[in-house]
Amino acid sequence: MANAHTDGYYFAPPSKWPVVGSLALLFMGSGAVFSVNFIQPVGYSLLAIGFAILLYMLFGWFGNVINESESGLYNKQVDASYRWSMGWFIFSEVMFFAAFFGALYYARVYSVPWLGDVDNSLLWAGYEAQWPSNGPYLSGNPEYNFGTMSAMGIPALNTFLLLASGVTVTWAHHALRAGQRTQLIVGLAMTVALGFIFLGFQVYEYIHAYSDLNLKLTSGVFGSTFFMLTGFHGFHVTLGAIMLTVILFRCMKGHFKPDQHFGFEAVAWYWHFVDVVWLGLFLVVYVFV
Amino acid sequence: MASSSHANPHAHAGDHAHDHHGAPAGLAKYLTTTNHKDIGTMYLWFSLVMFFAGGAMALLIRAELFQPGLQVVQPEVFNSLTTVHAIVMIFGAVMPAFVGFANWLIPLQIGAADMAFPRMNNWSFWLMIPAAILLFASFFVPGGAAGSGWTLYPPLVIQGGISTDMTIFALHILGASSIMGSINIITTILNLRAPGMTLMRMPMFTWTWLITAYLMIAVMPVLAGAITMLLTDRHFGTSFFNAAGGGDPTMFMHIFWFFGHPEVYILILPAFGIMSQIIPTFARKPLFGYASMVYATASIALLSFIVWGHHMFTVGMPSAGQLFFMYATMLIAVPTGVKIFNWIATMWRGSMTFETPMLFAVGFVFLFTLGGFSGLVLAIVPVDITLHNTYYVVAHFHYVLFPGAIYAIMGGTYFWLPKWTGKMYNETLGKWHFWITTIAFNITFFPQHFLGLAGMPRRIPDYALQFAEWNMISTIGAFILGFSQLLFVYNIVMTIRSGKKAEDKPWEGADSLEWTHLPTPVPYHTFETPPVIKPLAHQH
Amino acid sequence: MKARSMKNNINQIEANSAECSCLPHNVAQPTAFGGPAPLVSLAAFAGLLSTPAFAGYEVNIAPPATSIAAQIYDLHLGILTVCAVIFVIVFSAMFYSIFKFRKSKGAKPDVNFHESTLIEIIWTTIPFIILIAMAIPATKTILDMKDTSSPDLTIKVTAYQWGWNYEYSLDGFNFYSNLSTSWDQIGQPGQARTEQPKGDYLLEVDNPMVVPVGKRIKLLVTSNDVIHGWYVPQLGVNQYGIPGFIKDVWFKADRTGSFKGQCSQICGKLHGYMPITVDVKSEADYAAWAKSSKMKWSKEGIEAAAAATTAAASTPQAFPAKFLFDSGKVALPGDADKLVVSVVDYLKANADAKIDISGFTDKTGNTIKNAELAKDRAKAIREALKAGGIAEARINMKKPETIIGSSNDEDARRVEITLAVAQATPAK
Ligand code: HEA
Ligand code: HEA
Ligand code: CUA
Ligand SMILES: [Cu+2]
Repeated sequence: MANAHTDGYYFAPPSKWPVVGSLALLFMGSGAVFSVNFIQPVGYSLLAIGFAILLYMLFGWFGNVINESESGLYNKQVDASYRWSMGWFIFSEVMFFAAFFGALYYARVYSVPWLGDVDNSLLWAGYEAQWPSNGPYLSGNPEYNFGTMSAMGIPALNTFLLLASGVTVTWAHHALRAGQRTQLIVGLAMTVALGFIFLGFQVYEYIHAYSDLNLKLTSGVFGSTFFMLTGFHGFHVTLGAIMLTVILFRCMKGHFKPDQHFGFEAVAWYWHFVDVVWLGLFLVVYVFV
Repeated sequence: MASSSHANPHAHAGDHAHDHHGAPAGLAKYLTTTNHKDIGTMYLWFSLVMFFAGGAMALLIRAELFQPGLQVVQPEVFNSLTTVHAIVMIFGAVMPAFVGFANWLIPLQIGAADMAFPRMNNWSFWLMIPAAILLFASFFVPGGAAGSGWTLYPPLVIQGGISTDMTIFALHILGASSIMGSINIITTILNLRAPGMTLMRMPMFTWTWLITAYLMIAVMPVLAGAITMLLTDRHFGTSFFNAAGGGDPTMFMHIFWFFGHPEVYILILPAFGIMSQIIPTFARKPLFGYASMVYATASIALLSFIVWGHHMFTVGMPSAGQLFFMYATMLIAVPTGVKIFNWIATMWRGSMTFETPMLFAVGFVFLFTLGGFSGLVLAIVPVDITLHNTYYVVAHFHYVLFPGAIYAIMGGTYFWLPKWTGKMYNETLGKWHFWITTIAFNITFFPQHFLGLAGMPRRIPDYALQFAEWNMISTIGAFILGFSQLLFVYNIVMTIRSGKKAEDKPWEGADSLEWTHLPTPVPYHTFETPPVIKPLAHQH
Repeated sequence: MKARSMKNNINQIEANSAECSCLPHNVAQPTAFGGPAPLVSLAAFAGLLSTPAFAGYEVNIAPPATSIAAQIYDLHLGILTVCAVIFVIVFSAMFYSIFKFRKSKGAKPDVNFHESTLIEIIWTTIPFIILIAMAIPATKTILDMKDTSSPDLTIKVTAYQWGWNYEYSLDGFNFYSNLSTSWDQIGQPGQARTEQPKGDYLLEVDNPMVVPVGKRIKLLVTSNDVIHGWYVPQLGVNQYGIPGFIKDVWFKADRTGSFKGQCSQICGKLHGYMPITVDVKSEADYAAWAKSSKMKWSKEGIEAAAAATTAAASTPQAFPAKFLFDSGKVALPGDADKLVVSVVDYLKANADAKIDISGFTDKTGNTIKNAELAKDRAKAIREALKAGGIAEARINMKKPETIIGSSNDEDARRVEITLAVAQATPAK
């Protein structure tokens, strides 16, 4: 342990969790295949088994990591590894979202205007391209007409909620550094709460869209992009909120040290990332429809 | 600090415990291993099996194309073979092989004890098994395996049956595996280098993998997004790629190729890295222009993000688009050229010997360049108009993929086999393998240039009579090529079984850590306390 | 409207492959390996001896027939030459060092020769300049390709699985262009061919596109189903047909002749079997062709023809004749006889009429089994008709493009008899 750069490598003992995880994905993958083809109940059953195994794996695996971390097996280098990897993981998530934002951009800037131009009038006579659009085929038919979410209603509120949650999680982080457990737990609890409230509103918004606005996943390319982007984001908020909850429980059990608590920070980073994505969404999906 | 310094004894105790006593044996060992060498080995064997599986499909394809008319398979089965052949070769053979090399070599080359995340490392490997199961099982469901070509263009892929969904989920899982693998590799390189191992002292193989991993993290999620939209278009009534709903099939092409072109450099950059290890070794002379090699690799990676349109010149894009993508694509010839020239300059005024790895390296430089030139011809928009989706394209990418990626994998295997196994492979057999492969490869694929120029489309099971001769020759070459690969397997197996012992540094000119600092065969655990690196002779 | 015109197309292609009713059934078998085994590939090798004599060994782009194609031809040759020269230079350097600097020749490594900024700069800039030299002529051609001003003739090209429709909007007619090679020449996996491939095997079509020489032809390319590629190398055209979008390209043939091409984008099962033929004719010949085509294919023409046939013999209510089978049964339903008789009578009355028989099935149960069932039911009907004295040649077993589905399962379990379409039906 002589040199400053690295004070020894932590050799992880053999672990069964990776194969368990792969088994879970085998079940989930095949379950998904059956489900999307409406081959039931086998589809849902496989999915359920897969999820069960996955949960088992997550508990076991993270359990190991947490114990190792709490029993002080991790050193500065391991900590740095976690930081690097979380950063790159978030980058990969950014690129995942980029695909869907790209789709929205392409539909708005290219495909819809093209479909409305003279060349294509041969195929889609009388279609005027304007955004939002459900495309030349449905747009003729009034029963498919749909309304769009007004940005200033729930979306604005949700924006506020997420921004607020960003503040509370930062507050909690400061508290953790200052070693004030109660503030930490309160701040974190508030963050979790805000996250779930956001999700509640999101669900309400979807119901509203389907029942009142006639805005559906099937409402042409607008519906597709709208629900794909907001839905994929909502899925990430759900993950984030669950991870925050786990962290909250760990804090309650007195985990983390003021100087070593990357578990907490990782989730905080993730939460901020989800937050930023929402701001982008709010602008391109709600404000500038 | 304090905490961790007394923590390490624990760590080591724990680890030695599992090493010597109670270490799971046999298959169980591989199921649960966290050792980068075990995992690298698994990756390499997996890749070899996939290479044969994908190759077997290729041979079926070639058998059908042996003469005009339908003799071997039904047209839709032919399409499935083409599709799965490509997916298996790219995602099953080449990528895992390079990850296998990365696992084995990167920790050794940077003086790290193992990968940054040993358990996730094992998961990255084992994720490929469910993916492979889904992919191969798809041959046996109603309708047969996906037949849309590996590019999965809608609306054709929307018409596809249940097998299409199996393919999509297989790709999702493979994507997850690649992303985890890449994060692991990047973290290892950036954070686990031994003291004194500055970035600009890293061996080229490690460098190219650092950049490759970055590419993978950047584009794999984009592929995942694209195929997710395919899935919702297929089953949930979205219209991303459906004009009736305001979408556009061309949108898929753009997203796919934004992934697809960087992907092909993911398939070649590690190969460049392996070449940059082998050539200096057998020229007994440091790599020429190390720094410029690093910069060239980086610029290839960056350029690869802005050239995807060259796969779509015939969709009817505006001239401005065609011009932009043509210029950007041509530009890639410059950094790639720099690499070729540097390799040749490395040979210049060297003291060369030509053991099997070097033969594969020379073959690589020569034939890859040929493939690069045909790529450049395709980059010229008007020429691509006549050559797009003809066998010229098939010839192009097999020249860059087989003498490119596969030669690097084979040369690299011969090169490091002694280090890995502690035994020496059979040199004469290796040379035979190289020469038969090289001759057969050219018999197989050179005529395909002519077929393409004469206008034979790709992905067809049957063809007009003026294409008959070259196809027959190509098929004969393919079978020689295919079966000559059994020599490779035989040589590896015999080396492991009964190869004669290799000395610590079998290659006089080798200069990276795995050769200079470690015994042969490498022990199960290496660099438990990192070495301190002094600049090599040529690095000041 | 899309769906309908697509249906016509399918009828169309089936009608054209009527002489080879073998195809639709065998090719569509939903099994992973429809019959073949690697063994058969060996059989293919044996077949080598039976291969007929072929054309020569083509090694270059076919002789161009348009100015664009000519430019492409020259561009390719030029770039190929440049690349060849670079290749020779670069690799003479490599092989020189391989032979000169080998250890066996006692070469000592010059370990200090491993860096030179100057050299790096040189071999970065020289290729760059060469590339610019290549890009200039290419750019010129690209700009030429795009100009779509004032065409003399506009043709709408609609691709479908697996053929082409050419619409001469101004003359108000359109027609289908499909593969005309007999499936006996193509053969079936594992079976010996009954007829050897010959002539323009797989490149011949029933109705070629016809255009006048020396005129600017504008194509509006689109598709009905999946992406296809309208690709005729000698005309310098290769354009995807993308469903829902119209993409335009143009060409101007500078000599008469018949130019061949194929679909250039994988489009499913018969991607390899949708050739293109463009006959470039003198203006006079073109005019004559246009006139007769108008008779044959324009709305008016069709109606006239239709009137004629109905005069000849009025179609009985029987068509389309529907036989509703009981679930899982192949046996003819009780009320079938009456219908069979009326069909037989009609066919006897109209000696030149042909019929298509198609079997359908419901969604419930195993899809593969159902498909087989539908096929067997269709066969049962055919036997009944043959028993009634109808020649098999007049009966075409036609696989519908979707065998599953109908409003209700009862109706879905049906076998339909329709009059075979004699010749091209218009798309709309
Ligand atoms: C390892 C994989 C790999 C690599 C490295 C490349 C490298 C290149 N490829 Fe390739 N390509 C593929 C894999 C690859 N390709 C695949 C799989 C497809 C088909 C996908 C599908 O449709 O299924 C494809 C298709 C493809 C197309 C589309 C063809 C079509 O569908 O119509 C084009 C067009 O521009 C292209 C161009 C290039 C170019 C310009 C390079 C350049 O990087 C090459 C650069 C190298 C050189 C030029 C040689 C060395 C340079 C010198 C010696 C310097 C001096 C040279 C000059 C000054 C000219 N490729
Ligand atoms: C790294 C990638 C890679 C590799 C290595 C190969 C290797 C080969 N490929 Fe592949 N190929 C692709 C990537 C690759 N291909 C891609 C991306 C496509 C495009 C697909 C598409 O259009 O969508 C393609 C398409 C493609 C086509 C065009 C198909 C079509 O358009 O319809 C053809 C035709 O000749 C072909 C042939 C071959 C041959 C003969 C080999 C040979 O090198 C293989 C050598 C054979 C072996 C190594 C196997 C040895 C087998 C035995 C000894 C038999 C015994 C079997 C067992 C023991 C299991 N390939
Ligand atoms: Cu139509 Cu391929
Ligand atoms: Cu590319």
